[in-house]
Amino acid sequence: MKRLSVRARAAVGGIAAVALLAGCVGAKETGSSSDPTANASAKEVTLVISANDIKGGKNAAEAAWIEDVVIPGFVAAQKAKGVTAKVTFNGAGVEDEQYKTKLELNLRTGSGSDVFATDGIWLGELAAAGYVKPLDDVVGKAASSWDGWGQISEAVQQNLTFKDKRYGIPNGTDGRVLYFNKKLFAQAGLPADWQPTSWADIIAAGQALKGIKGVTPIQVNAGVPMGEATTAQGFLPLLAGTGQPLYDDAKGTWQGASAGVKDVLDFYRQVYGQGLGDPRMQQDKAGRDQSFAEFSQGKVGILAEGDYFWRSIVCPDKTECGATSMPDRDSVVGWAKIPANSPGAGVNGQDFVSVSGGSGWMISPKTAFPQQAWELLAFMASADMQTKLSQAQIRVSARKDVNDATLKGDPLLSFISETVLPITTYRPSDEHYNEVSLAIQQATADVVNGKSPQEAAATYEKSLGEAVGADHVAGQ
Amino acid sequence: MPTTSPVSEQGQQAGPAAAAQAATRSTRGPTRRHDPDVAGLGRPRALAFVAPALLLVSVFLVFPAIWTLYLGLLDYSLTGAGAQALTFVGLGNYVSALTDPQFHRSLYLTLVYVFGSAVIGQNVLGFLLAWFLSRADRVVRSVLTILVLLAWILPGSVVAFLWQALLDRRNGTLNALLGTTDQAWVLDHPMWVIVIFNIWRGTAFSVLLYTAALTSVPRSHLEVARMAGASSWQQLRDVVLPTIRGHILTNTLLITLWTFNDFSPYLLTAGGPDGASEILPIYIYREAIIGGHLGFGSAISLLLLLTNLVIAVFYIRLLRTRSRGQEA
Amino acid sequence: MTPVVRSVVAKIATYVAVCLLVVFFALPLLWLAITPFTPQPTYRVSLSGFTLDNFAQLGDNPQVWPSIRNSLVLAGGSALVVIALASLAAYALSRVQVPGRDQLLYALLLLSSIVTGTAAMVPIFLMLFQLGLIDRQVGVVLVLTGGLLPAAIFILKDFVDSIPRSYEESARVFGASASQILRHIVLPVIRPGMATVGVWALVQVWGNFLIPYVLLADPRKQPAAVVMYTFYDAGGQPDFALISTFALVYSVPVVVLYLVVNRRYGFAFQGGIKG
Repeated sequence: MKRLSVRARAAVGGIAAVALLAGCVGAKETGSSSDPTANASAKEVTLVISANDIKGGKNAAEAAWIEDVVIPGFVAAQKAKGVTAKVTFNGAGVEDEQYKTKLELNLRTGSGSDVFATDGIWLGELAAAGYVKPLDDVVGKAASSWDGWGQISEAVQQNLTFKDKRYGIPNGTDGRVLYFNKKLFAQAGLPADWQPTSWADIIAAGQALKGIKGVTPIQVNAGVPMGEATTAQGFLPLLAGTGQPLYDDAKGTWQGASAGVKDVLDFYRQVYGQGLGDPRMQQDKAGRDQSFAEFSQGKVGILAEGDYFWRSIVCPDKTECGATSMPDRDSVVGWAKIPANSPGAGVNGQDFVSVSGGSGWMISPKTAFPQQAWELLAFMASADMQTKLSQAQIRVSARKDVNDATLKGDPLLSFISETVLPITTYRPSDEHYNEVSLAIQQATADVVNGKSPQEAAATYEKSLGEAVGADHVAGQ
Repeated sequence: MPTTSPVSEQGQQAGPAAAAQAATRSTRGPTRRHDPDVAGLGRPRALAFVAPALLLVSVFLVFPAIWTLYLGLLDYSLTGAGAQALTFVGLGNYVSALTDPQFHRSLYLTLVYVFGSAVIGQNVLGFLLAWFLSRADRVVRSVLTILVLLAWILPGSVVAFLWQALLDRRNGTLNALLGTTDQAWVLDHPMWVIVIFNIWRGTAFSVLLYTAALTSVPRSHLEVARMAGASSWQQLRDVVLPTIRGHILTNTLLITLWTFNDFSPYLLTAGGPDGASEILPIYIYREAIIGGHLGFGSAISLLLLLTNLVIAVFYIRLLRTRSRGQEA
Repeated sequence: MTPVVRSVVAKIATYVAVCLLVVFFALPLLWLAITPFTPQPTYRVSLSGFTLDNFAQLGDNPQVWPSIRNSLVLAGGSALVVIALASLAAYALSRVQVPGRDQLLYALLLLSSIVTGTAAMVPIFLMLFQLGLIDRQVGVVLVLTGGLLPAAIFILKDFVDSIPRSYEESARVFGASASQILRHIVLPVIRPGMATVGVWALVQVWGNFLIPYVLLADPRKQPAAVVMYTFYDAGGQPDFALISTFALVYSVPVVVLYLVVNRRYGFAFQGGIKG
C-alpha cells in the first residue's frame, strides 16, 4: 500500500504538470489580425531584421551592409522625424533549409523579427500557410504608392508575388548562363566566343573536350545532394528550352512525363551516359562544392550556373572567394546564353532561355510597428541603399536604376542584366514547388544512375501526382 | 553478443567468484525482510529527491514527446495549406510508412548500422579498451584516452570535415596513404564507411562507462581469483563480467538506443548514393524537414521507438535468463 | 608453445593492436592537427608551411569568443543540473523501492530519443514560446537537461545499486543521519558514475546544434556549435582556415575539462573501505 502511494503520488504529480501545460498551450496561439495603423505615430520604435547573413561568414558583405549602413542610416532618418528607433540585426550563417525552418517557426508564433529575408521560392508555402500576408494588408496604402516599384520590372516583382498580390520587395535577381574555360576550349579547338544555338552544340563541344585528359567536359547539375541547385541550374533551364514552362499558371497544372521532360532527361543521359560528365560528383554530398573547385582549377570545361558563380565563387578577390578564386577569371572564363533544344524551341518561341530567382525582404504580419517596418523596407530598397549594397558586393539588383549605374564595370553582370533578364523565366511560386523540385532531383539522379529517361519520367510523374494531386498533372 | 560465455559457464562451475560472493552474503547479518532503505531515507524525502528531476522531465520531455507522437496521427506540415487546417488521419501515416519500401530498406539499414557499429563495434572495442587501459602504463593510457576521447568530443560538424578530408576522392588522406587515387570510398562503400565512422566516433562512451564500471569490481574478488590460479582471461570471464553485468546491459541499451537515433551519418553521406545509407533518422529528416511532412515524420519516430522497445525487451530477457542460471 | 614464447607473442600482439588502434583513432584527427597551421588549407593534409595567421584571422572574427563562452555556460550549466538531479533521483529510486523502476526509466529513455530528434522540433518550439522561454539560454538548458536526465539516471542507478549495503548499515549503526550518509558515503562511491554522466552531458550539449539554433534568436547568445556553421565564405564555400582553427579552439575546453575532472574526481576510485 505504501509503495503504491509513492508511485501514485509521483505519477499524479507528473500528470498534473503535463495537464497544466496542455491547458496553457493553445491558449496563446491566437491569430491576431494585423492592423496597418498600429503604433503608426509611436515615438519609440523597436525593429528586428533577420537574414541568413552573418558578419565574417556567409553573405558577409550584406550583413555588413545591414549593420553598418542600413541601420545607422535608418536610425538617423527616423531621428530627423523625432522618432527614436532601435534596430537590431539577428544574423545567421546556416544552410538555407535550417534558416527556412526557423523562419517558419518564428512566423507561426510571431516571435521572430519584423523584417526578414526570404528566398522567392518559399513565398508560396509561407503564404498558403498564412504565415505572411500581402503588403496591402499588413501596411496599407503606403506600400502600393511606393515610387520604387517603377524601377523594378514586372517579371522581377513576380518573384515575391503570390496570387497577384505583392508580399515584399525583391532584393536582387540573377540569371543562369553556361560558363566555359577558354583555355580548355583553345586546347580542344573550340572558339573563345562560343555561343551554342542548340543542345546538340553543347554535346558536340563536350565531345571535343572529352579528348583532354583529366578534364570533365560538362557539369550540368543532377542528383539529390545538390538540392535546389539541380532543379534551378540544371533541369529548369533545359526544360524552358523545350517550349513549355514547368507550371501552367492558367490551368494550374504541372508538366508530368511530357515530351519536354523526357527530352531534358535524355539530355542528361547523353551527358552522363557518354562520359561527358562526372556521375560520381552528382552523388557526393559535397558534389556542388567539388564542381566549383574543379572548375576553378581548370578541370571542368562547361558549367551551368547563375551569376552568383561569377561573383562569389571564382572572383579574383581571394578574401571574397577563398580557395576557389581564379585570379585570371576575366580572361579565362567565358559565358554563353543557354540555348533552347533547337532554335525557336524555347518558351515563347525563344532561341535562348534562362531561369532566374532571387530573394527579397518581407514584413511579419505580427509586427508591432507595421508602418515603421515598411519605412525600413522602403529605405533598404531605396536607390541609395541598393547602390551601396552593390558597391559592397557587386550583384544584379532588383532596381533598374541601380543596375545601370553599378554594373558598367562588370561584363558578365551587365550581360545578365541586359541580355539574360529579358529572356528569363521564373520558378512557380506555388506552395508545392518544393516537393516538385525534389521529384525532379530524383528523376535526374535516376538517369545519372543509369535508368532510362522513360523510366525516370514515369517515376517522376508518379511522385508529382502524390505531391500536387493527380488532377494538377498536365495530360500528355 | 558480447556476454555469451562468461555468465553461462558460471552456473556450471563453482568458480572463485561464486565463492567470494557467498562469503560476502554471509556477512550480511540475520536475514529479515529485504529492506533496501538502509539509510533511513524515508518516503517523503525520497519523493523530494525525485521531484525536481520528475518535474523537469515531465515538462520538457514527456509533454513534447507525447505531443510529437500525437502529430503522427495528423497530416501535419509546417508550411503550405497543410499548416492551417490540421486534418486527423488516424493511422494513415502508419499505413503509408509500413507500405513504403523505402521505409523497410531504411529499417534494415538501421539495424545493420546499429548492430554493426554499436552492439558489436563500440561495445566490444569499448570494453577491451577499458580493460586494457586499466592495466596499461601511463603513457599509453594517456595517448589512447585522449585520442579516443577527441573522436567523441569533437562536434558533429567538425568531425564531418575530418572524415571528408580523410575520404575525399581527390585530396583525401586515406587515398594518399594507400596510393589509391580517385577512389570514392563514401560512394562505393557507404554502409561500411558509416559503421566504421560510428565505431570511431562513439567508442569513447563505452570506454568511459566500462572504466567506471570496472572500478566497482572489488579488488578482493580479483585477488581471490588470482590466488586460486585463474588466468587473466578467466578472471575477466568469471569475476569481472558477472559483476558488471548490470553495466553491460545499461551500456548496450543506451548505445543501441542512441545509435538508432544517430543523425550524424548524414553529414558524411547524406543518405548515401541514392539512399544506400539512408538510415531511419536520415529518412525522418528527409521526410519531415526537407519534404515538410512532419506528421509522417512523427509517425516514423514512433515506429522507431517501438523497434527499440522490442530490442530492449530482447536484451533484458537475454540477460535475465543468464542471471537465473547463475543464481542456481 | 612454452609459456615464455606465449607471453612474448602476447606482448607483441598487444603492441601491434595498440599501434593499430592509435593509427585508427589518430588518422582522421591529422587534418585537425595540421590544417590550422597551414597557409591555404583545403581538404588536403599537407605540410606545405607553418603559419599562425589562421589564428589571427580567427581572433578577428567577432563571433568566436562569445560563442565559446556561451558554449561553456550552456554545457556547464546543463551538466551540473543533470548531475545534481540525476544523482538525487537515482539514489532515491534505488533505496526506496519503486516497482517497475527500470521499465519507467526505459520508457523515459525512449521518449527522450524522440525529443532529441528532428520531429520534435516544432512542439518544443511552440511549448517554449508559450512558456516565454524563446531566446533565453535558460530555456535551452532546461530542454537539453530534460532530454539528458533519463539516460543519466539510468547510468547512475547501476552505480548506486552496486554500493554494498554494509557501508550504509555500518554508518547507520554509528548514528549517521540520512543526509550524512548521502554526502559522505554514497556520493563519494558513485563519483566515477557522476563524472561519467557529467562528461557525457557536457559533450552532448557542447555539440548540440539544433536546439540552441532554433530557440535562440540573438546571434550573440549562440554557442560555438551554431557559430561553427557560419564559417563559410560569401560564396557558401567552407572557409577551411577558420573552420579548422575554430574546431581546434572549440575542442580544447572540453578536453581540458575532462582532464581536470579525471585528475580530481577520477574515473577510477582507488582505495576505500573495500574488504
